[in-house]
Amino acid sequence: MKADNEKLIESYSDKLPPSVLEEIKVGVPGTISKEKLIQILDRSILVYKNAKVHAGECVGLVSAESIGEPGTQMTLNTFHFAGVAEMNVTTGLPRIIEVFDSRKIISTPSMEVFLNSKINQDVEKVRQLASSIKETRFGELVSEYSLNIFEQTLGIKLNSEIIADKGLTTKDIVKLIKAKVKNFEVESKSDEIIFTQKSKSEDIKDLYGIKEKLKEIKIKGLKGIVQVLPVKRGEEYIILTSGTNLKDVLALPEVDGTRTVSNDIHEVREVFGIEAARQAIINEVYKVVESQGLNINIRHVMLVSDLMCVGGVVKGITRYGVVSEKASVLARASFETPLKHLINAALEGEIDNLTSVVENVMINQPVPIGTGLPGLVTKMK
Amino acid sequence: MVETHELIPKHTKISDSEKEKLLETYQVSWSGLPKINKSDPAIAKLNVKVGDVIRIDRESKTAGKSVYYRAVVEG
Repeated sequence: MKADNEKLIESYSDKLPPSVLEEIKVGVPGTISKEKLIQILDRSILVYKNAKVHAGECVGLVSAESIGEPGTQMTLNTFHFAGVAEMNVTTGLPRIIEVFDSRKIISTPSMEVFLNSKINQDVEKVRQLASSIKETRFGELVSEYSLNIFEQTLGIKLNSEIIADKGLTTKDIVKLIKAKVKNFEVESKSDEIIFTQKSKSEDIKDLYGIKEKLKEIKIKGLKGIVQVLPVKRGEEYIILTSGTNLKDVLALPEVDGTRTVSNDIHEVREVFGIEAARQAIINEVYKVVESQGLNINIRHVMLVSDLMCVGGVVKGITRYGVVSEKASVLARASFETPLKHLINAALEGEIDNLTSVVENVMINQPVPIGTGLPGLVTKMK
Repeated sequence: MVETHELIPKHTKISDSEKEKLLETYQVSWSGLPKINKSDPAIAKLNVKVGDVIRIDRESKTAGKSVYYRAVVEG
């Protein structure tokens, strides 16, 4: 009986969405008769069809209002940062603006690095991995610089404590430095490295130059990862990072490549593709919405995200992004920088076919939404 | 390895007959479909060419599962 019912519910899969069918499956008692179940299903189809958005409904406008109104409340709640210990992540309105504008450089790039089941229970191993992915520059290991202008040499004293802490040896460091530095002879004496200029020129600018250059040399870790923080998330330990480098992190064998995410939408698109970026936008925006205790229906966020990702690359809701794609000159001009658009359109001899909303509002014509959408079809004799 | 990420829904290439049927049912031209770049990491292993249509089976929070289509373009 129960199996029959399930089969019957399955057969409606082309008429009702899976989530509705699932609800019916869970909701009806196992002893229900076939006739009753058919009644329920048919009634559900009716309700479902009634709930559907009608053709011509201006969903974009509804979304804009539905996101915009709670957005105004967010500005008042000065709660724009959230963080664990010293790790700060932008949230609140600034974050939402950042995501919808699809900024290339975001204010607090960060990653959540999930780890394999082999090591995600072991705090010590997680901490080790965390410190190994953090980018270490040469400048951090130095305790003293001594510039000898007379002999044209630069002596650098290394801080052996920090070096040991990072699991490095002076030998490795010297080897790395030698590969990067040209025009200088590199000598290492116990805890000091001495740079001597090969060509004995009078210019001491080069010595200053090399000092600054040395500081920036990457000794260890992954590029871009400024800070790491192992935290407990549920049953396992994960690593929060500030600064992102998704590609290199995923290449590590200890990292769980199915869950690790970055909050940089452009990076997600590059590494995982446009569909992942669409989902990432929804997740990022909804995370903020939920953390602020607001109630925005996820459909609105999905619509905006779909629009941003429709062209295969992520476009922001800005005059350079989705607005620049609009076919109508007047619609573009009504958004931002009207003069620029009108002048360019005049130069190019652009034609506005008045097929959308804004341009028709401007010239006082009925707009093609709702009942204004359908036209009359007449048979010509 | 990357394709197994939880953010990436299932991508499949659809056949030419399915493509025609799709364009017919939705009364849309190929160029009217949403786009996906040929170089997109999610379709790297599907051996696609420009002009193909990709079927995407999304996990949706509202509908459970939803189907989306994207046209493969240069890029």
